[in-house]
Amino acid sequence: MIPAAFAYSRPTTVEEALQAIADGGDDVKVLAGGQSLIPVMRLRLAAPEVVVDLTRVEGLRGVREEGDQLVVGAMTTHADVLTDPLLAQYAQLLVQATETVADRQVRRRGTFGGALAHADPAGDLPAVALALDAEFVIAGPAGRRTVPASEFFVDYLTTALEEGELLVEIRLPKLAAADGWGVRYEKFTRVAQAWSIVAVAAAVRREGGRITEARIGLTNMGPTPLRASATEAALVGVDVSLETVTAAAAQAAEGTSPSNDLNAQADYRQHLAQVLTRRALAAAAGL
Amino acid sequence: MTAVEDPAVPDTPVDLAPAKEIGQARLRKEDARLITGETQWTDNIVLPGMLHMAMLRSPVAHGRITHLDVSAAKDRPNVVAVFTGADLAEEQGSLPCAWPVTPDMVNPGHPSIAVDQVNHVGEAVAIVVARTRTAAADALEAIDVDYEPLPVVLDMEEAVKDGSPLVHDSTSSNTSYHFVFDAGEAGTGGDTDQAFADAEVTVSRRFVQQRLIPAFMEPRSVVVQPTRDNYTMWSATQIPHILRVMAASVTGIPEHKLRVIAPDVGGGFGGKLQVNPEEILALLVARRLGKPIKWTETRGESLMTAHHGRDQVQFVDIAADRDGTVRGLRVRLLASMGAYLRLITPGVPALGAFMFPGIYKFPAYRFECDGVFTNMVPTDAYRGAGRPEATFAIERIMDELAVELGMDPLELRRKNWINADEFPFTTVAGLEYDSGDYAQATSQALELLGYDELRAEQQRRRESNDPVQLGIGFSTFTEMCGLAPSRVLGSLSFGAGGWESASIRMLPTGKVEVVTGSTPHGQGHETAWSQIVADQLGVPFEDVEVLHGDTAISSRGLDTYGSRSLVVGGTAVVKAAEKVVQKARAIAAHLLEASEDDLEFTDGKFSVKGTPGASIGIQEVALAVFAAHDYPEGIEPSIDSEATFDPENFSFPHGTHICAMEIDTETGFAKIRKYACVDDVGTIVNPLIVEGQVHGGLAQGIAQAMFEEAIYDAEGNLTTGSFVDYLIPSAADLPHFDTGNTVHEATSNPLGAKGVGEAGCIASTPAVVNAAIDAVRHLGVSELRMPLTPERVWRAIHEGGDGGDRAAATSNAQGVTSSEAATASATEGDQQ
Ligand SMILES: Cc1cc2nc3c(=O)[nH]c(=O)nc-3n(C[C@H](O)[C@H](O)[C@H](O)COP(=O)(O)OP(=O)(O)OC[C@H]3O[C@@H](n4cnc5c(N)ncnc54)[C@H](O)[C@@H]3O)c2cc1C
Repeated sequence: MIPAAFAYSRPTTVEEALQAIADGGDDVKVLAGGQSLIPVMRLRLAAPEVVVDLTRVEGLRGVREEGDQLVVGAMTTHADVLTDPLLAQYAQLLVQATETVADRQVRRRGTFGGALAHADPAGDLPAVALALDAEFVIAGPAGRRTVPASEFFVDYLTTALEEGELLVEIRLPKLAAADGWGVRYEKFTRVAQAWSIVAVAAAVRREGGRITEARIGLTNMGPTPLRASATEAALVGVDVSLETVTAAAAQAAEGTSPSNDLNAQADYRQHLAQVLTRRALAAAAGL
Repeated sequence: MTAVEDPAVPDTPVDLAPAKEIGQARLRKEDARLITGETQWTDNIVLPGMLHMAMLRSPVAHGRITHLDVSAAKDRPNVVAVFTGADLAEEQGSLPCAWPVTPDMVNPGHPSIAVDQVNHVGEAVAIVVARTRTAAADALEAIDVDYEPLPVVLDMEEAVKDGSPLVHDSTSSNTSYHFVFDAGEAGTGGDTDQAFADAEVTVSRRFVQQRLIPAFMEPRSVVVQPTRDNYTMWSATQIPHILRVMAASVTGIPEHKLRVIAPDVGGGFGGKLQVNPEEILALLVARRLGKPIKWTETRGESLMTAHHGRDQVQFVDIAADRDGTVRGLRVRLLASMGAYLRLITPGVPALGAFMFPGIYKFPAYRFECDGVFTNMVPTDAYRGAGRPEATFAIERIMDELAVELGMDPLELRRKNWINADEFPFTTVAGLEYDSGDYAQATSQALELLGYDELRAEQQRRRESNDPVQLGIGFSTFTEMCGLAPSRVLGSLSFGAGGWESASIRMLPTGKVEVVTGSTPHGQGHETAWSQIVADQLGVPFEDVEVLHGDTAISSRGLDTYGSRSLVVGGTAVVKAAEKVVQKARAIAAHLLEASEDDLEFTDGKFSVKGTPGASIGIQEVALAVFAAHDYPEGIEPSIDSEATFDPENFSFPHGTHICAMEIDTETGFAKIRKYACVDDVGTIVNPLIVEGQVHGGLAQGIAQAMFEEAIYDAEGNLTTGSFVDYLIPSAADLPHFDTGNTVHEATSNPLGAKGVGEAGCIASTPAVVNAAIDAVRHLGVSELRMPLTPERVWRAIHEGGDGGDRAAATSNAQGVTSSEAATASATEGDQQ
């Protein structure tokens, strides 16, 4: 439980951070909230030679509005997310999911960007970002680029971030209740404070008793977060009712490939995905 | 009352002073320092020149060490020494096992550090000693070891078969012992096989007590300071006194040259009732190097190498008449010892042997147990030690018998339990239960629960086919506590007695020091003992200081486990206080120029009967004795005292626990809706402490039923090696507890106390499982394996069976949870 020795730098701007990473050689790790990185270093499963700590990069923290998008800095902590007024108004799905992350201590340090960059299939926030079609703004030696969520999560713990790059901000659409959006993050765990066995992030837009759009992200149903596309498609244009939602939710596990582990075997996870999708949709649709 | 011969105090039942402090819900005086950490934990200790010890631990469960090269580690910065098993082989001896349950028990011995073979993952194979903790940890990576793998023995039912690979070459089988208690042979019951042959109804069940990890809050930690040929050892232990004797005999350090101190200790639950390899190794290394040594385990080391608990397979048969009268009970156990026998490893199931009949009047009973070696970390005491397993078995099978008979489970219990007017009652296991009223506890618990409404709701939910079903489960339990009468322990081949010691020192200013041999590690002794002494001596609660845990201060003691502290240690305090009063009386009489017989002692004052105003307080007597200017001829100028109490019998707390459980049949998720329990723990010295002990016990008992399980993979690695996978519930996972008490005093000690440390843990597990099964029995479920994971419950509902074995279910999968794997490969992603 004692990390191996490492060199440490604590830049204050994105440019300095990129420089520190470039200077750090082959074995550099970026430290955000440290809630995933520090444990693996303590177990000596990771022993980076250089750690570049982003906690003093003020420009990476906070939420702002840009037209019809919200821009969340990568170093915005989970605790920040829970108290931010813009997110409260336009990103309830993220707020709900963040409320289920770990405990107060972890939420105080852990960051939105860190959780996304880490891309743990059991983590709660990647599925939310995917459901919302978030955009990932990435800074690197060659400048900035923007990657859609559908391309950001590449594989198990693997993202579109290249060597030497930093995730700097995440852009989210505004989903306002006034526009008919209802959301629900439905998480299934054995104990209150734990990683998801399966979770479902659902956002449903209703207009005149019908569903006009549904966005459903699945947590821990494969090596990356997934969209329940068949269910989403089945919901467009249908009446808002328990029957339609139930029928659509029955397709939630289509195309998923969840793992077998101590908490659940794959078939049970697929079953859970259907039940939880139905429950999430029903709640999101106000049923 | 006590077996101690002491002419100073007649051995008569003690007259307790009227209870003023006893019974008060005093806040615990030790809590401020324990909660804020403003105290001395072992790991806080820093000594000049202190070195740090780190262990290289075996990654293989069973293998021969074919190559071990530590030379590179010796060259690492700040490394002072590196030791292997071979280096210490001559002097390390064997860790002690104090409970040879049968004369022919096989004990292969237990080296503190492996010499040429490892028998479980986590066994120490090399020790680095360095100037800093980090340097020691770093240098471990420079050690080179090769193992020749041996077949790994994990499954007990396979391990006992002929031809199974052996854990130990030196033994002829994996069975350490075969322990039998047969009521027919013991003369406490009839012939069990005959009872079964004659029975109208029999029910048989196989129950699995999963492996559990005590998971105390403060990790184990030890510091040894050698001062020429004297050694002081601080250890986060429950048992400083036992540790001193054992460590002296293992290392050859003379007992009087070894002082053991348990400073404040952060929990144990039996997990620190141990003589740990690391404690012995710290002594050996300190002796070699002549320097203070510290070792504090990491949480991972703790989960992997501190002893585990439970791990039994129970085959239970019950015989009864059609009308529900029980006729016989037959129990066969396979009890996992793990790779070695530690301090009381073999005794845990043997202790349980006496509790399987529970509170019921069985005419016949037979118990057999095989202690089995496997390539896992040893098992040993864990909160309840033997009794939770027994209680689970009897309370579960009573429910199954009720189903078989078509009877209400409570009705079946009522029909067979010992009635209040039948105490004292000698059970078929030969124990004499002294007091209690099972019917009263049950009716109070039913009321606390709101039983009738919940049963009605259960019915409604069944009829409407609600996705969330409700079940109600009972546990009408008793346990044997207050360990224990020394002679009885002797007859069970236990290596020590069960008395406890206390002394009282009256300081010149009238303040009181109470030295107890019982060793708290979170229980609240300082408060309870102060309450007892405040009443007995009539001094203010605040004037009492309780000292413990240091063999130089408290020279005699048998420490804390088995719900014995108040029952045995508290009684020793009462006896010591009585001696103080007795000695003070002689001095007071002299000072008041009265005859001793004319003195009354109330509220801390000696007064002369019939002479108003002629009085002296006991605290003033303390000063007079200190000055010693004027005291009677022929007695010593001291009112200090010492007393030892050895109970004649165990104590038998009992209670009725009722759990109402909701099961989401769509997901299998189990949630306790309501939990009510009424415990009879005899006299209650401090209701707040009693409630706290019940709550904590419930949390652990419920945790066995619902959350915790130590799982090994097919290679013998502990898969649940962190708190990500070894799930300990938090307050958020537990319901509000509705607790209550009945009070039937124990007759085996003057306080009337029965012990409360283990009650909640022993009682709750079967209540929870019975409730879960009751919720889904109509869906075809008649057994559920612990813990009740949602997946198990869901599978049992939808596929039948008991939900299956989690280790087996995942043995061909990746074997770790995704989040743990994620953690493990966090840096293998492409982020940088
Ligand atoms: C006890 C515990 C329980 C938890 N429970 C949950 C849970 O229930 N649900 C859940 O979703 N999560 C859970 N987490 C994880 C938590 O959400 C973490 O905060 C998160 O996974 C990582 O965020 P971090 O800021 O701590 O990142 P760090 O640990 O600092 O970094 C994680 C990884 O991301 C990389 N990284 C971080 N920031 C950037 C960046 N800006 N650009 C490029 N790479 C970057 C790091 O190099 C590292 O590889 C838990 C953690 C703990 C310790």
